[in-house]
Amino acid sequence: MPELRRTPLYEYHKQLGAKIVPFAGFEMPIQFTSIVEEHRWTRENVGMFDVSHMGEIIIRGPKALDFVYYITSNDPSKLEVMQVQYSALPTEKGTVVDDLLVYRLEDHFMLVVNAANIEKDYNWILSHKLEGVEIENKSYEIGEIAFQGPKAEEVLQRIVEDDLSQISYYWAKRVKILSKEMLISRTGYTGEDGFEIYADNETIKDIWGKLMEFDEVKPVGLGARDTLRLEMGYCLYGNDIDETTNLLEAGLKWITKLDKEDFIGKEALLRIQEKGLKRKRVGFVMREKRAIPRPHLKIYKDGEEIGYVTSGTFSPSLSIGIGMGYVKKEYSKKETEIDVEIRGKFEKGEIVRLPFYKEGTVRK
Amino acid sequence: MKVPEELKYTEEHEWVKVEGDIAIVGITDFAQNELSDIVYVELPEVGKNIKKGDVIATVEAVKTVADVYSPVSGEIIEVNEKLKDEPSIINNDPYGEGWIAKVKMENPEEINALLDHAAYKKLVEEE
Repeated sequence: MPELRRTPLYEYHKQLGAKIVPFAGFEMPIQFTSIVEEHRWTRENVGMFDVSHMGEIIIRGPKALDFVYYITSNDPSKLEVMQVQYSALPTEKGTVVDDLLVYRLEDHFMLVVNAANIEKDYNWILSHKLEGVEIENKSYEIGEIAFQGPKAEEVLQRIVEDDLSQISYYWAKRVKILSKEMLISRTGYTGEDGFEIYADNETIKDIWGKLMEFDEVKPVGLGARDTLRLEMGYCLYGNDIDETTNLLEAGLKWITKLDKEDFIGKEALLRIQEKGLKRKRVGFVMREKRAIPRPHLKIYKDGEEIGYVTSGTFSPSLSIGIGMGYVKKEYSKKETEIDVEIRGKFEKGEIVRLPFYKEGTVRK
Repeated sequence: MKVPEELKYTEEHEWVKVEGDIAIVGITDFAQNELSDIVYVELPEVGKNIKKGDVIATVEAVKTVADVYSPVSGEIIEVNEKLKDEPSIINNDPYGEGWIAKVKMENPEEINALLDHAAYKKLVEEE
């Protein structure tokens, strides 16, 4: 196994006694105190996440927009400078190389990709390179903090001069923090209002240290990051989407612009749409407290196997087992009763509309 | 990481307290810390006969699930009913209020094969 990388904030986590686990090639904090406590704190105050493991790939040059247009499923030509878009890198088959955020910055694009996919994405992007495009992998030079929760703006404002209330959801801005300029955006993966802060590895340490001084802020590990995103029904690459799931069955049609002139996977996706989907990603809630769905468990309807679980957890906000998975299309409607096989027993569940958690403060 | 001296342990992180021919079984401080946030415990039926190594309980935590194996053979004579409503007792007090089941031992000599606290401590330090 190759040596694990550490984020610039690793020493802070170690000092706080975080439980550290290998994740996507990095030594990452999975929890600081308890997943449930950190989860609730983020829903009520501000959770601060070290997401420096995420990758940043820079695309510049006169053909940068054309290139991003061609390799992603969403339409970056719709973006204004400093606007952000959720998107995907499709394969030729319409399945998913990765999901990502596309930032349109002053004179270049920044693609924020999953840590586990940094090298794969970089090589994929390089292999489709066009004339007039420069590609740079800055993943290991940039640190990132996600600052999430209903009090995120109020607290972050204390150390930022620029008026944060002027930054809309999925917009970015260069701001000065601790007398250094850096990029922040009103984005996140928790369902709460909040920001993501990008800075070089040294600066990110100072910001983490400064923000930890505020009583409203607690560090949150990857464990709660996962339960928070799952309560919102957000996809996790490697669980809910991958190179075997196409964008349409994954419910990501809203970021798949089939009317775009051309992009990787377009033909396949048009064909899939024409033929109709075989299965769909759904969310479901379990009936009994003992029944907690986990990835790979099988889903049944009246004894017939109709799909499988891709993500599952106990929901700290709803106090019941929740999950997502793929089921045959005819069973994907909300209120459909299903069974999940857990330890050899059929446990009852019901398909619901996402998100599971509807009280999030995220701006729409 | 607490490892009380008076208990016996398994390599799968169960503990046993022996009271006559009764074995009280639970999971260790190390185990509860690894699992974190326990949200459900599936308990065995009272009266059930089990063999050493059988699954006697299943512990569901937020992120993961773990089986609890019986360190001894015998009959389940009591389970910790409190865990049904408050499974997190195991996180807070794994060796006390968080016990899982009492087993009337069929063969008390099985205890001799378990780890003592020094051996168990060494095991968790290596993990």
